[in-house]
Amino acid sequence: MRIEFLWWDGCPSHPEALAELRDVLRSEDLDPDLIERREITTDEQAVRERFPGSPTILIDGKDAIQAGDGEPFSLTCRVYRLRDGRYSATPDPDDLRDAVRTAKENQ
Amino acid sequence: MTVAISEKAPDFTLPDTDGREHGLPQGQVSAVVFTCNHCPYALAWHDRIADVARDYDDVAFFAINPNDADRYPGDSYDAMRERVERDGGWPLPYLRDESQEVARAYGAKTTPHVFVIDAEGAVRYAGAPDADHRDPAQNAAWLREALDAVLAGEEPARPETEPVGCSVKWRQ
Repeated sequence: MRIEFLWWDGCPSHPEALAELRDVLRSEDLDPDLIERREITTDEQAVRERFPGSPTILIDGKDAIQAGDGEPFSLTCRVYRLRDGRYSATPDPDDLRDAVRTAKENQ
Repeated sequence: MTVAISEKAPDFTLPDTDGREHGLPQGQVSAVVFTCNHCPYALAWHDRIADVARDYDDVAFFAINPNDADRYPGDSYDAMRERVERDGGWPLPYLRDESQEVARAYGAKTTPHVFVIDAEGAVRYAGAPDADHRDPAQNAAWLREALDAVLAGEEPARPETEPVGCSVKWRQ
């Protein structure tokens, strides 16, 4: 399984999101060191990498949390919704866990 | 640099989403919140800040969006108007700082970045609304604490906190 963590330094949520992703991988008996971290530093790179905001987590090349239609690719903080509807700067860990399990099942 | 505690707060004249102009009132406690449409931190804290505006009707509240709308179209004046309309109105005016001069004068760093100003026009609190954007139970406690102190004629126990959120999107 390939897990990529894309982040932009202008948004302060990436350390927390990375820590939560590592916890999810551990809880699924996967090695957190699998995570490939990639910093996005320019708007051009954001467009090229189809980066809808920081952080973005790709599992086997697919966005772990589907971005909304029409979301522009740019250097920005990404808006997530937790399962109870609250806005958040990081994905809901339960959504990440579901995405990891789905990827495991598809292997 | 962020305007220092006890320094005079920069005045402003900015339009709200109905085109009415607003500035700091004289002789009244105010709260200025730099915020925006596109940032998860600003969105997460919005309801808590709106609740404070409803609860403190003797305080003049202002939400100010300074972001560069060319690079972040979700923060355009039209998008601000649409958001307020979609929400059925806000309990505080949502002002557009198109030139970014007001944000620069305050030294706003993030959305949100909160300032509490006393009735004499001096800044008494600058920072975050509370300790955690993900926890609604925090209830904008730092902002409330600062307002309570200033309304009682006292110094806030915690005059400054680190603002947390998306960086203000300056024009390039």
